[in-house]
Amino acid sequence: MDELFSPEAWQKLWTYRATFLTGFGNTLRTAAAALLLALVLGFLFGLMAASGKPLLRALARVYVECIQNTPVVLQMCFLYYVLAFSSVKTDIIATGIVSLGVYTGAYMAEVVRAGIGSIPKGQFEAAQSQGFGYFSTMWRIILPQSIKIILPPMVNQMVNLIKNTSCLYIVGGADLISLTYSFVTGASTGGAYAPAYILCGVLFFCICYPLSHLATRWETVLKRRESQQHLKEAA
Amino acid sequence: MNEMIRLENVNKMFGDLHVLKNVNLTVAEGEKLVIIGPSGSGKSTTVRCMNFLEEPTTGKVFIAGQEMTHKNKRQLVRDNMSMVFQQFNLYPHMTVLKNLTLAPMKLHHKSKEEAEALAYHYLDVVGLRDKAHVYPATLSGGQQQRIAIARALCCQSRIILFDEPTSALDPETIQEVLDVMIKLASENITMVVVTHEMGFARKVADRIVFMADGQIIEEGTPEHFFEDAQNPRVQQFLGKILKH
Repeated sequence: MDELFSPEAWQKLWTYRATFLTGFGNTLRTAAAALLLALVLGFLFGLMAASGKPLLRALARVYVECIQNTPVVLQMCFLYYVLAFSSVKTDIIATGIVSLGVYTGAYMAEVVRAGIGSIPKGQFEAAQSQGFGYFSTMWRIILPQSIKIILPPMVNQMVNLIKNTSCLYIVGGADLISLTYSFVTGASTGGAYAPAYILCGVLFFCICYPLSHLATRWETVLKRRESQQHLKEAA
Repeated sequence: MNEMIRLENVNKMFGDLHVLKNVNLTVAEGEKLVIIGPSGSGKSTTVRCMNFLEEPTTGKVFIAGQEMTHKNKRQLVRDNMSMVFQQFNLYPHMTVLKNLTLAPMKLHHKSKEEAEALAYHYLDVVGLRDKAHVYPATLSGGQQQRIAIARALCCQSRIILFDEPTSALDPETIQEVLDVMIKLASENITMVVVTHEMGFARKVADRIVFMADGQIIEEGTPEHFFEDAQNPRVQQFLGKILKH
């Protein structure tokens, strides 16, 4: 308990605060770019899985099963070391973005597929009976309705994605966890375990907690909009 | 009279289930055709084949003389037909006005002003102008179905298909929907209506088709149908349905 309240340890943290900010910045940048990739892959493969086409469905299935049934750490190692030893120039940030994007994309695809699957068949038929094509049916009629179903699990995946940047530690990442670890074990900086990991946790919490709550609020608003009487009638 | 819809030797299989057996049916322009029959007789499948919500397993569908295929179905549907469903199927995430203007704006290239003018016109026809800005969930079943009819009308299609439009409604709201449909019947829209409402059929139909076991087994004018249909299946059905 001594160390937890040791002014020296906290002082050390303050001196090296830039390390943590860099790690935090890298984690956010990686997560943001990976999220973008994950959303693209998630919608692409989710729509493929929800389409009636057997080939597209099979492709989506293979992607989702392969990614969901192997550890993300393995995928990172695979991407980083396999490329490195195939003399392809690798970049740690790019590795993080691609591996986490592809990994989270598989979960997003399942979320999108389930969201589309939850919309009654009658909505597809109504759109078809008016002459809407597949994409405009999805874009204008099905996806807007599934958003409130898709959103909460999707934000969970976003939060997981941010936390999963910590796995990049295995390939020597530059993210918050990796830099925190370097800090506490470093020759000149080492020792301040408790303050360092507390700060690291606080930073993660500060970004993940608002995100989860924002989604909950949004979900409530969307649900209320449909069930509640809107008295915007032309007077 | 010009032919609007023609089914030619249409068969529909759902797996091993032979739902439509060689159905041949022609509907003329402006005709009000009512399809009746016991449940499971293939009435709904027949109208759903007309706009390819179900594609026939074999046989052909012609709309305004043009054969419908998997490729051109969207265009043919868009240009010629609308549908009213048993479960209304309004878009719940849009206001009534948006429900009505979506297809005219996105598919028929109408301006917002044109589409809204059209929407208000048909809201007047169904008597629900004051509901333009509410969401469907706030409406009663009968009101939702009248909005669904207005939505179909907004596409100004020559053909409107009705698949059991009053079957999901509370008894006290059935009439308000039927009244709207009776009003429509005076226009030159081709209407194909699957229904159990015999009063409506008698009043509005130019021709009644009776289906059983996936086949058309009797057809004729309402007078013929209700007064001197000889087929025992028809008499049995009418006996059951007219008693209550």
